[in-house]
Amino acid sequence: MTYTALFFQLLQNALVLCIAPLLLGWINQCRALLQNRSGAGVLQPYRNLIKLFFKDAVLADNASPLFRATPYVLFACMWLAAALVPVLATDLPLSPAVDVIALVGIFALARVFISLAAMDIGTAFGSMGARREMLVGFLAEPALLMVLFTASTISQSTSLITIVETLAHKQFVLYPSMTFAGVAFIMVLLAENARIPVDNPATHLELTMIHEAMILEYSARHLALVEWASALKLLAYMTIGFALFMPWGIAESGDWKAVPLALVLLFIKLIAGGAGLALLETLTAKMRIFRVPEFMGTAFLLAVLGLLTHFLLEMPA
Amino acid sequence: MFDQFGLLPIDVALGGVVTWLMLGIAGLLLQNNRVATQYIFPAGAVCSLALALAGVGGLSETSVAILPLGLPDLPFHLRMDALASFFLILLGSASIGISLFSVGYFRNMANDTVALLTLEYHVFMAAMALVFMADDAYMFMVAWESMALSSYFLVTTHHEQPEVRRAGFLYLLIAHVGAIAILMSFGVMQGGHGDYTFNTMRHNHLSSFWASATFLLALFGFGAKAGILPLHAWLPEAHPAAPSPVSAMMSGVMLKTAIYGILRVSFDLLDEQMWWWGVLALALGLITALFGVFFAAVQIDMKRLLAYSSIENIGIILVGIGLTMIFHNFQKDAMAALALTATLYHALNHAFMKSLLFLGTGSVLHATGERQLGKLGGLIHTMPKLAILMLVGALAIAGLPPLNGFVSEWLLLQAFLLSPGLPHAYLNMLVPIAAAALVLAAALSGYVMVKFYGIIFLGQPREEKLLHVHDAGIWERIGMLCMVVACFVLGLFPTFIILQIDYVTEMLVHHSLGGSALKHGWLLLTPIQAERASYGPLILFFIIVAGGVITSLTVKKYYHGRLRRGPAWDCGYPAQTSRMQDTAEGFGQPIRKIFEWFMGVVKQVPTPFDTHPHFHSETHDRLWSLFYEPIKQLNEIIGIQVGKLQHGRIHIYLLYSFVTLLALLAFIQ
Repeated sequence: MTYTALFFQLLQNALVLCIAPLLLGWINQCRALLQNRSGAGVLQPYRNLIKLFFKDAVLADNASPLFRATPYVLFACMWLAAALVPVLATDLPLSPAVDVIALVGIFALARVFISLAAMDIGTAFGSMGARREMLVGFLAEPALLMVLFTASTISQSTSLITIVETLAHKQFVLYPSMTFAGVAFIMVLLAENARIPVDNPATHLELTMIHEAMILEYSARHLALVEWASALKLLAYMTIGFALFMPWGIAESGDWKAVPLALVLLFIKLIAGGAGLALLETLTAKMRIFRVPEFMGTAFLLAVLGLLTHFLLEMPA
Repeated sequence: MFDQFGLLPIDVALGGVVTWLMLGIAGLLLQNNRVATQYIFPAGAVCSLALALAGVGGLSETSVAILPLGLPDLPFHLRMDALASFFLILLGSASIGISLFSVGYFRNMANDTVALLTLEYHVFMAAMALVFMADDAYMFMVAWESMALSSYFLVTTHHEQPEVRRAGFLYLLIAHVGAIAILMSFGVMQGGHGDYTFNTMRHNHLSSFWASATFLLALFGFGAKAGILPLHAWLPEAHPAAPSPVSAMMSGVMLKTAIYGILRVSFDLLDEQMWWWGVLALALGLITALFGVFFAAVQIDMKRLLAYSSIENIGIILVGIGLTMIFHNFQKDAMAALALTATLYHALNHAFMKSLLFLGTGSVLHATGERQLGKLGGLIHTMPKLAILMLVGALAIAGLPPLNGFVSEWLLLQAFLLSPGLPHAYLNMLVPIAAAALVLAAALSGYVMVKFYGIIFLGQPREEKLLHVHDAGIWERIGMLCMVVACFVLGLFPTFIILQIDYVTEMLVHHSLGGSALKHGWLLLTPIQAERASYGPLILFFIIVAGGVITSLTVKKYYHGRLRRGPAWDCGYPAQTSRMQDTAEGFGQPIRKIFEWFMGVVKQVPTPFDTHPHFHSETHDRLWSLFYEPIKQLNEIIGIQVGKLQHGRIHIYLLYSFVTLLALLAFIQ
């Protein structure tokens, strides 16, 4: 492990923390503009976080230590996940410890913790949210893994670094398998980050809510951490998408001169990706909760189809 | 390891077994609860430790022994090779915790019950150890049957309840159907020589037809013990009926004797394999895993839920065995070694995770007297220590990093990802689909565990009496703590464990992960090459802990710590009660709705005008009507037909004898 590598790792840790709320603000602003509203500005998530951090926390009478510990676990998991995806450079010393399967495992760990915390107070909404979150999760997790497996079989590795380096070096060929995987990945991204059409991040007090139902009982600094973790999760998913489907421009190990360019490219990708997500959310309607398994099942089947396509059509004989 | 004392590993193991038997007899003779729990069970735990150490010694050196017991020209042969040693380690290390837990659990039972339990429990463990060490079919069957019988008596400890007797009978029946199949597979393997030692069987060459027959018989026979579909029916009945330490022992250890049997027969005793055996095992394993996890998600009894979860895990282990066979047949030895390592690792993991959870349900049952999930809740407040121990078990079995369940799943998925090297086009297509199904089962087990843990320990207590329960006793906690430590060790230090498993893979598939797993230091698990895949659980654990600690310290330092307690908000709804939480039925409802076509759900929904509305929904195992009922009916039909032969008149019976005699004479001619 070199000092440059360590520096990059710390740089990325700090970078993802800072830009995650910005990405959320940008998506919200795009949505507002697309819906003919003026919007609150891209910095609104930061203001929200600051406001929440300074408020007095209110805990339910019967909240257990698990409930209080969960925001920290959630935040640590998401921070780790976002810090491990190569966004600027592939020189990440922590990356060998966590490959794509472990990354999915970290997301699952966070999901289980937040669901348990939602059940902790024992309210009707909390357990309903936990149940629905686990429902979406158990269908989304295999779909995500299948997407990652497609990329892994192409690059002969489950290490994100190797995947990025292999895919970035291939000449631009549209893999049919990666197309399937791409569609499946977008569906998983929408579901896992509680976006329309699976969930609606903008409303409360709806019988259809999933993510918001789970975090109803959190307030102040705990809520701030949960919100920040959600932003980090969205950023992690977006950057995983970039790493798999448009890995160009990420600086390779040792090549630190390429980092400024990679930073510019990352911002361009995030701006485009965020706008695309906002557009997608504006164009679709929230679906009934009972339709969600169909939606996720489609994502899962598409991802499996992608993997099969790779095995059938693209394997060197 | 034991050389300095002039002992072979098998001597130590045998010593442990004999001590267990003597402890059991002592417990029966003394008829004293206090002595049994305070001295005999801890002594049994010490024997377990000795057995586990003997197993560690036996991994690297094979030792044999011939006992002066048994048939006149077939004395009991014992052999401790790497495979047997591995499973002895599993038995020994898992039973330490279970025995210590039993000290606390059996403390308040009647003297005579405990005396019987002490005998049966120690005979059960000794029989399992002998199953692993047996080196001839006769010894194996004696040990196998002692295991089945002693566990039958353990299951029927509370025999005054009719449903317990029913569960015990079902268990005994399926165990014996399986035992017959195992016996027949040994019969085929000895190849007409009349020599039933495993050593002869190893050197017999069977034609592919007879080899396949042996494998199918063994798969059926051992499958009945393991709970492979469709022979799983006894598991969800017997586990809830048995006392919790017994459930833990049966689910954690006894199911693995069947896995041991399948491995022993197909990799050691049979000299060659067909590739389709692997496909069959893979397919059966997947069906079993998915079936188990779907049904676990809709259970409302906590021990039944865990029993179905055991079916799922056995399915996953069988998937690993199938994959190993496929790779082994196509001479992909490195890949076979990886798949086998994952299989054995999962077997070891499951022994600890599932025992831990079963022991925990025992403590809950002890404290509350309730097995129904719908009558529990909020126990994290009254039983906080138990809640922490159980959280580890639930997270481990849900396959979450950095605990142990994830390591074996990770290894198995790596093995799946290596499959594109197979020279068989259809298999190449099958394998990704199998991987997808496996991942689905693994993801759903997270759902099951959130339901299990959330409904028992979190939320508000659903019954008044739950407010006054006491936490688990010290012995119970020590027993569970052993399991928790094992879960962490297996989860955080996989490279050391794999070095030990290498002896077994070397023996069975003639290849091991060997140095490659350790090439990049013990921190990183790299089963093939570092570029291909690596996983560093300790680093991962450290970063998550560090991230959480840094965050909480930062928050503490820079922001005020003002905190108010108030009633739960729940969107401003003021009149909420504990009845408004999800019940076990409610939490499983999405799964029931999605897989309704598969499960057979009977629902009774009240009309809007019902003044006494009653909602009822029950999930049935369709295999009862599809598989067991036809067999039962066939049995009855045959019984009636046979009954027609009986008239109770002596001349008719004489006529039968005469006809038989004629037929025999004609046959001899």
